[in-house]
Amino acid sequence: MRTMIRGNESIAYAFKLARVQVVPAYPITPSTLVPEKISEFIANGEMKAEFVPVESEHSAMSAAVGASARGVRVGTATASQGLALMHEILFIASGMRLPIVIGIGNRALSAPINIWCDHQDMMAERDTGWLQFYAENNQEGLDLGIMAFKIAEDERILLPAMVGLDAFVLTHTVEPVDMPEQSDVDEFLGEFVPHYVTLDPEKPATLGSFGFPEHYMEFKFAQWVAMERAKKVIDEVFAEFEKKFGRKYQKVTPEFTEDADIIFVTIGSMSGTTREFIKKMRAQGKKVGMVKITTFRPFPKEELKEALKNAKVVAVTERNISFGFGGAVYGELGATFANMANKPKIIDFIVGLGGRDITFKTLESVLSEAEKALNGEDVSEVNWIDVNKEAVYKSEGLQ
Amino acid sequence: MNYENEEFFAPGHGMCAGCGAPIIVKWILKLAGPNTIVTNATGCLEVATTAYPRTSWRVPWLHIAFENAAAAAAGVEAATKAKGEKLNIIAFGGDGGTVDIGFQALSGMVERGHNVLYVLYDNEAYMNTGIQRSGATPWGAWTTTSKVGTVNPIGKIRPKKPIAKIIAAHDAAYVATANPAIFQDFKKKVQKALDTEGAKFLHVISSCTTGWRHDPSKTVEIMRLATDTGIFPLYEIENGDFENMRITYKPKKFKPVEEYLKTQGRFRHLVKNPEYVKKIQEDVDAWWAKYGKYYRH
Ligand SMILES: Cc1ncc(C[n+]2csc(CCOP(=O)(O)OP(=O)(O)O)c2C)c(N)n1
Ligand code: SF4
Ligand SMILES: [Mg+2]
Repeated sequence: MRTMIRGNESIAYAFKLARVQVVPAYPITPSTLVPEKISEFIANGEMKAEFVPVESEHSAMSAAVGASARGVRVGTATASQGLALMHEILFIASGMRLPIVIGIGNRALSAPINIWCDHQDMMAERDTGWLQFYAENNQEGLDLGIMAFKIAEDERILLPAMVGLDAFVLTHTVEPVDMPEQSDVDEFLGEFVPHYVTLDPEKPATLGSFGFPEHYMEFKFAQWVAMERAKKVIDEVFAEFEKKFGRKYQKVTPEFTEDADIIFVTIGSMSGTTREFIKKMRAQGKKVGMVKITTFRPFPKEELKEALKNAKVVAVTERNISFGFGGAVYGELGATFANMANKPKIIDFIVGLGGRDITFKTLESVLSEAEKALNGEDVSEVNWIDVNKEAVYKSEGLQ
Repeated sequence: MNYENEEFFAPGHGMCAGCGAPIIVKWILKLAGPNTIVTNATGCLEVATTAYPRTSWRVPWLHIAFENAAAAAAGVEAATKAKGEKLNIIAFGGDGGTVDIGFQALSGMVERGHNVLYVLYDNEAYMNTGIQRSGATPWGAWTTTSKVGTVNPIGKIRPKKPIAKIIAAHDAAYVATANPAIFQDFKKKVQKALDTEGAKFLHVISSCTTGWRHDPSKTVEIMRLATDTGIFPLYEIENGDFENMRITYKPKKFKPVEEYLKTQGRFRHLVKNPEYVKKIQEDVDAWWAKYGKYYRH
C-alpha cells in the first residue's frame, strides 16, 4: 500500500510490523516521533507492546537488555547525545548477543549543541559490536528496520543492529513508501524465537557474569565470528526480502562505476544528491560514478574492493570526523585497500557536519579536488569542504 | 509454598567470610522461591558470585552494569508483562550502585511503578573497588577517599543520604529499612514487600568485615548493635504515607553508640575523641526524639 510517512514513522511502522513486544525509549530530537508514534499505536490498540517511558537513554538501553534477555523482541530509538549516553550499554548488549534494534535519527554531537544531520553519532559507536545500516530514504528506513530484526535474530548471528536515518532530511520529511502488508512481514520474519539463553525460572541461567582473562577473549572472538558470518546472512536476507517485496538491497550499491575514473563514496541521504550530480556530470562527458554504502558494520570490504577496483580516484564524502586522523569511512576504506597491489588514490572529504547542506556546489568542490588528484597533482588526504577556513585560522591565531 | 529449606543462593561463592550480603540474599531468595528473576548491579555481590563459568545463583540472574540494576529490572518486568507471566523480580544493588551512580535509574523505576523489589545491601562504601566513600557512608567513617589526618580528623564529613525516605517520597508502594540481625522483623518485611504490588524498596544494613574493619565472627553482633544503639532504625513507609510511618522494632533499652563504634576500625579515630562520640549520640537521640512516636507494636 502506498503511504506518505516521515522517516521516524518508517522506524515506528517497522517496529509495529515486526510486532516488537517491548519498547523502552526516551525522547530526543530528531527521533522523538518514534516513541510518540509507538505510544499512539499502543493507545489505539493497533500494536500490542509494553512501552517503557524510561528516565534516560542509559536506562532505555538497560531496560532493552533486560527485556531482550527475558526473551522478547525489543526495539528503541534515539540519536546523538542519547546514543552517546547509551554507549556503555551498547557494548553489553552486543557482548550478551541480544538482537535489539535501534532506529537512529543521525544527528551531530555537542558542543556546540546542534540538532541537525551528520553521522558522528553512529560512527562513534562503530566499535560497539552492533550491525550498522544507513538508509538513503524513508522506504529504506522502513525496509531496513524490518530486515534488521531478521538479521540480528538469525541463529548464526545474534547481534544487535542500528538503522540510521538522516536527521530532518529523512526523519522529518514526508515521502511516499510502499507499506508492506502485516501478513507478508509476519511470513518474512516468522514468530519471534530467542535463539539464545533467556531469563527463565524453568531453566535458571546466569547472564552477564564475570569473565576472567582465560575466557574473555573467546567471547570477543565469538562476536568477531558472528560479524563475519553476518556478511553472508545480510545478503541472504536482502535477497529474501527482494523476492518477497520486490525491492533490492545491497550492502554496497555501485552506480555508473563501470568506466568511472572518479568514484564518490556516499552514505545516507547525500546519496540522492550525489546521484543527480553524477548524472549531470555524465551529461558533460565526465567519467564519474558513485558507490553507496548501506551496511557499515560489518564493513563490506570485499564488495568495496570489487566496486572500486577500476577507479583511479575515490572521493570519500562523509559526515563525520575523527579528530587527529580523518573520517571513519576514509580510514576503513584505506585499510581495506592497504594490502592490494593495485589501488586507487583515496581522498577524504569532510562534508555536511551539523546539518550543513550538501549541494551540487559542495560536490563540485569535491570533484575539482578529485580531478586534480586524477591529473597527478598533490591533494590533501583530508579535505574540509564548505568551511570558512580563514575565519578559523584567524581565531586560532594562525594568521 | 515454603522454600525455607531450599537454597537458591549456593554456597561456595567468593564473598569474604563474615560478609553480610550473602545472608541477606540467601534469605530473600528462600522467601521469594524459584519463581524469581534477579538483576544485580556491579559490586561485591555480583563479582564474587558469578566467576564464569561458575555461578552461585539457582534462579535466573542478570547483571548488566553498575548503575542500572533498576532499569534492567524494569525491562525484565516489561517483558514479563508482554509475555503475560507473573513472577518476583528482585534487583540487588550495593550502596554505591543505589544511592549514587544508580540513583537516577532507581528513581525512574520507582516513579513508573514497576512491579519490582529493589534491595539495597548497604555496606556504607564502595567495597568492591577498595573501600571508597559513597553517599551512604556515615559521618565520621574512615574510607580510602575520606581519609583521616591532621587537617581532617573526622573522615567523612557529610551525613549519610537518607535513601529510604527519599524513595518513600516517590510514594513507592512499600519502603522499609531492615537488618538481618533482627531476623523476624527482616523476614516479615521481605515477605510483605514480596506480597505488595508495585515498586518496593528494602534498605538492608550489610556489614563488610574488610571495609568496616572487624572480626569476621562479629558480623551479626555488630549489625545488631547498629539497631540496638539506634543508629540504624527499622521502619516502614507505605505509599509515601509518612504520617503513618511505622517503626517496627525498638530495643528494650538503647545501648550507647560507642558500643557500636568501638567494634570497627573505620571509627577508631572517632572513639578516641569524646566530642565526636557525643555528636553521634546527639544525632541519634535527635532522630529518636523526632521519630520515636512512630514506634507502634
Ligand atoms: C560506570 C562505572 N563506574 C565505576 C565502576 C567501578 N566500580 C565497580 S563496583 C564499584 C563499587 C561498588 O560499590 P557498591 O555499590 O557500594 O557495592 P559493594 O561493592 O560495596 O558491594 C565501583 C566504583 C564501574 N564498574 N562502572
Ligand atoms: S569486601 Fe566487604 S562487601 Fe565485599 S565481599 Fe568482602 S566483606 Fe563482603
Ligand atoms: Mg557498598
